Amino acid sequence: MNSMQNLTKGFFKENPTLVLALGLCPSLAVTTSIANGIGMGLAATAVLIGSSVLISMLKKYIPGSARIPIFIVFIATFVTMIDLTLQAFIPALSKSLGLFIPLIVVNCIILGRAEAYAFKNSVWNSAVDALGMGIGFTIALVLISTVREFAGTGSIYGYPVFQLMGIDGFKGSIMMILPPGGFLTMGLILGFLQWNKLRKKAKAGGK
Amino acid sequence: MDFSHLMVIAVSSIFINNFVLGRFLGICPFIGVSKKLESAVGMGMAVIFVMTLASIATYLVQIYILIPYDLQYLQTISFILVIASLVQFIEMFMKKNMPALYSALGIFLPLITTNCAVLGVAILNIDSVWAEGTHYNFIESAWNGFTGGVGFTLALVLMAGIREKLELADLPESFKGLPIAFITSALIAMAFLGFSGMSIM
Repeated sequence: MNSMQNLTKGFFKENPTLVLALGLCPSLAVTTSIANGIGMGLAATAVLIGSSVLISMLKKYIPGSARIPIFIVFIATFVTMIDLTLQAFIPALSKSLGLFIPLIVVNCIILGRAEAYAFKNSVWNSAVDALGMGIGFTIALVLISTVREFAGTGSIYGYPVFQLMGIDGFKGSIMMILPPGGFLTMGLILGFLQWNKLRKKAKAGGK
Repeated sequence: MDFSHLMVIAVSSIFINNFVLGRFLGICPFIGVSKKLESAVGMGMAVIFVMTLASIATYLVQIYILIPYDLQYLQTISFILVIASLVQFIEMFMKKNMPALYSALGIFLPLITTNCAVLGVAILNIDSVWAEGTHYNFIESAWNGFTGGVGFTLALVLMAGIREKLELADLPESFKGLPIAFITSALIAMAFLGFSGMSIM
């Protein structure tokens, strides 16, 4: 597998959220607006790259039996760095993501990649894999938050689409930005992906 | 000691801001372990146990170590270490002294370290403030951990009961498995939204 394939596998084919169903808490909790989704995706990507590179660099020195606590400490260190950076430079984003920034530590995507990939592969490959998975996570967050923000408030990335088109009086469904909307959007997106997969399989079988 | 505070915490973390359905904490075990009622109950009990002890331990760490030495920026890293070692310790203790309980809950314990509800409740205990600007005290933190775990168990058991029945339902092929689980949780969450107008203050 070359670097390009390694990078792009995380985008759709092995998308960590939509295909592997990892990291579900943040992908439902912070996706009330696209700006939040992108912010969360990039923060998690930064932590993922940092921890994957560090773990693959030190893989010879980490004893196998104590690897999980060591991974968690590495990840927590990067999360603390990102948390403080966001508080200092983007306080608005830091406030709206709130609790879910420290909770990046227990995001299964990051520990999962450390365990399944970075601990066994070279530094370069781990960095590329982490970048791809991080982008895949961001894509999933943006997809979910686009649906929720549009249905919930009628705007996309803060731009009120209906007003800009000259249609007044659109009111979003508040439920979509409340918790049930997150579950519903996720269910419908997963259902669509499964439908698409079955359709492709049926087509390939028919020929 | 103000009992109305304890009542508010209990109603809030079980119903109004249920950890799973209102705050989105602990979605992974909620979706992953809710296929069978029996394992859902086991997981729920283990989470109640760990969340209570983790609330106590992290509260003490915050008050007696982090605040006196001005180390609040190490909160995330110290809390996750405390939780990971606590879970490990509970596992070892149970294996030696309570083999019956261990055989019932043991397999769920390693999964709990990465359950966001546990780290979430630890941080919420520190961050939550009453209207007057006072923080949770020791008993309120422990109680918040316990009732948060009860709320998690309630959601998990409800979900498992429905999913056991769903096994027999005639679903569209493309919604089988995860998609219908999410849509079911959307419906449960909608029902829980009915509690959102409730207040005691």
